Amino acid sequence: MRTVVAALAALCTTAGAQVPRLAIERYTLPNGLTVVLQPDHSAPVVAVRIEYHVGSADERPGRTGFAHLFEHIMFMGSEHVPLGHFDQWLEQAGANNNAYTTHDVTSFYEWMPSNALPLALWLDADRMGWLLPTMTLARVDVQRDVVKNERRQRIDNAPYGRANETILAALYPSADPYSWSVIGSMTDLSAASLGDVQTFFKTYYAPNNATLVVVGDFAPDSAKHWIAADFGSIPRGSVVPTRPTVAPFTLAHDTTLTLQDRVQLPRVYYAWHGVKVYSPDDAALDLLAYILAGDNASRLYTTLVHDRQLAQDVGAQNQDFRLEGLFTIVVTPKPNISTNAVDTVLQAELSRVVDGGVTDAELTRARNVQRTAMLDRLAGVTERSDQLAYYDYVVGTPDYVSQDLERYEHVTLADIQRVARTYIGAHKVVLTVVPQT
Amino acid sequence: MKRLPLVMVLAAVTAHAQANAPAGRTTPPTLGPPPKISLPPIHERNLPNGMRLLVVERHEIPLVDAVLVLGAGPEADPAAKSGVATLVASMLTRGTPTRSAADIAAQTATLGASLDAGSSWDHTVVSLHVPTATLDSAWSLFADLVLHSTFPDSEFARVKRERLTDLVELSDRAPEVADRALATILFGPDHPYGRPSLGSEQSVNAITTNDIRGFYDATFSAGNATLIVVGDVTVDGVAAKAKELFGGWKRGSANADPVPRPSSPPAAATTIYVIDKHDAPQSSIRLGSVAVARSTPDYFPIDVMNTILGGAFTSRLNENLRETHAYTYGAFSGFGMRRFPGPFLAEAEVVATKTDSSLLQFMHELNAIRDTVPMAELRKAKRYLELQLPGELETSRDIAGQLVPVAVYHLPLDFYNTYQAHIAAVTRADVQRVARAYVDPTHVVIVVVGDRAAIEAPLRATHVGPVQDRNLDGLPTAQ
Repeated sequence: MRTVVAALAALCTTAGAQVPRLAIERYTLPNGLTVVLQPDHSAPVVAVRIEYHVGSADERPGRTGFAHLFEHIMFMGSEHVPLGHFDQWLEQAGANNNAYTTHDVTSFYEWMPSNALPLALWLDADRMGWLLPTMTLARVDVQRDVVKNERRQRIDNAPYGRANETILAALYPSADPYSWSVIGSMTDLSAASLGDVQTFFKTYYAPNNATLVVVGDFAPDSAKHWIAADFGSIPRGSVVPTRPTVAPFTLAHDTTLTLQDRVQLPRVYYAWHGVKVYSPDDAALDLLAYILAGDNASRLYTTLVHDRQLAQDVGAQNQDFRLEGLFTIVVTPKPNISTNAVDTVLQAELSRVVDGGVTDAELTRARNVQRTAMLDRLAGVTERSDQLAYYDYVVGTPDYVSQDLERYEHVTLADIQRVARTYIGAHKVVLTVVPQT
Repeated sequence: MKRLPLVMVLAAVTAHAQANAPAGRTTPPTLGPPPKISLPPIHERNLPNGMRLLVVERHEIPLVDAVLVLGAGPEADPAAKSGVATLVASMLTRGTPTRSAADIAAQTATLGASLDAGSSWDHTVVSLHVPTATLDSAWSLFADLVLHSTFPDSEFARVKRERLTDLVELSDRAPEVADRALATILFGPDHPYGRPSLGSEQSVNAITTNDIRGFYDATFSAGNATLIVVGDVTVDGVAAKAKELFGGWKRGSANADPVPRPSSPPAAATTIYVIDKHDAPQSSIRLGSVAVARSTPDYFPIDVMNTILGGAFTSRLNENLRETHAYTYGAFSGFGMRRFPGPFLAEAEVVATKTDSSLLQFMHELNAIRDTVPMAELRKAKRYLELQLPGELETSRDIAGQLVPVAVYHLPLDFYNTYQAHIAAVTRADVQRVARAYVDPTHVVIVVVGDRAAIEAPLRATHVGPVQDRNLDGLPTAQ
């Protein structure tokens, strides 16, 4: 971030990276649109983000992948923006733009020289308020095929590409909205109709289901004026979206799966049921993942990759969604090393953590890396707007940087050992991707 | 540009409760003047041993980015030992007299830092990203790796085995197979750009720690090094620290031209090379030719021309292959400008059933860019390049990255401050001239990695060029 002068900066008192406090203004328009402004004049750039509170977890069975398909449809023109002009007008102003969809949110963003701010706001308002009048099945069909190619590129024609969706389906009960992948299935993408597009838009793409974040070099009074003029007349949504729910569950036994793929080396995925984002054990699981496989001195790397040379690579990740979570370890045995040989050593290392815990040096290291990662998320206006929008949706305030970091400061050695025992000591899904026979 | 049949537009459903656009908000707003570009000053200092410092102060966030740039890379690998430079980079975090590989990893993380080395054709970089609070300790670690790496045999055996396994895994990834094969075919084995920078199974097996030390000794010296530091530092502080850490570093040989200039291979008539990936649902298409070095006087016209052809989202290739035909998730082009003339490359991952149609659209666009470009399209591309520049220079990490080519190619320090004026000066005639000089559809190498049984006959039927089969390395298949 950039606005920090001594008077504003409230620095974390712990050693290592100091994280500045941001000057943030938040308000809500009468139609329910939440607005977050974070002016920062240190570089002549500004980022605009609209995060709609809808993701693949809001989809219904038979329409998986629809939230992401809809993300693409939002670029296909609106009543006052002819097809193709959304991107052309932005590029002509020196602005770049993109969007992404997760299980929980769909996030649209532009980053640009500061003078282009009113254009980005106007374009985003037009597609929020006036998307459907010019939407046609032909426009949907183009993006349906583009998305199918995205799926081919990321999943079907990529080695190990189908592992993620296979794990989600095996780990979560079928009624759990996190049991399918964001990209969805080809069959469901084919089934999406223009009627689905209209219903989805009316349900989820209303101002009262979104957060608008502006970060960077702008005058707040001007921004407020433009935001009121562009977004103020868009009516509040008439349909109240049904939020997804998840039922608590515990895996009753280990599930072992094998998936054939066009790969030369097998790869083993271990997945455990995890926790939702910002819940009490979330930070400890983040740190545990780092201690296990985050760097070249980590537990699993040292034994499996460096000392024993049984594995080509190993990774661990705590994936924390809004309502669900999973903890994964992924390992690729070296050529001619069996998955069993790797598994035996890996289980022994995990037992060592469960039984004996980790060291203070390991915990400090993991925490320090987290702190720098937070600075990195605040360094550029685009990433910072992402962080603020997500905070606003999940915890109800964009002003959460300090609290987010404090979570890691409070994690103890006992916590690490406890979450290791509780979560990776529980039943799991083991997926082995093997070379096609 | 996509055109919808009129009847479709009229049939659009308008039944939902629409917002009423307020008067005056039905056309996009007129924008004020764009901000002036002024990169914070780049301070240059030189140590007596020839090491160059480029320092930019940015105090908004307590982070520092340092990049040591050395003027040689895989281009300098011995012909039968491709992979040396990239292996040196991998080995640089693997041991010094006082630190093991695990020590280096643990200390880096304890400082909240990241420390990486990489090597790309004509240069090698060692990069440090660190909070200001731990900068001083990180400097010691950084200098230890740069000055005192020992390249232990035991670590080299590990790194070598990892690299050989990387190469096995690489051949599972069709886009990378296509990239590697294109370079092999386009430049040939006698040109450094025709040899894979990661090496081959054969070349990596031939490399010893003597080769690693040989490259390190020839490349890592003060006279061949520029240290870029951007972030929460002072110029004097960096200069003093550099003197303390690197003041005693050997100057090294005057290494102005570490590699003799290779001759570019003659351009051959357009040919399609097919590499089989059984049952692949997509085909990786690459079209390439040998183009220009970074020193080309046509840098700015090429930048504009490529932006029109395939450098941005609304460029012609993406508009055509993605937004109009939906054959792909994205189609792009670019110029790899290096010390010696590098490739012009156009690429996409396309749905297998439209491999032939996609190739025809690529060929159409490579021909069309040689015609006069409409003024509106020229203006859009130029404005895009001029005005997006502030976003390219936003964070410390951005600025440090943008200064790497300044160091490698000896660009003037005002390169970014004069960039907009240079782009503004590009004319329609310039664009056409460079398109005709560097985009020649009658002389391109075309590589397609896909399901040969399904795509080869349709590719032949396009009559774009003769079709040859190649193996995963881009070499002729054994008959």
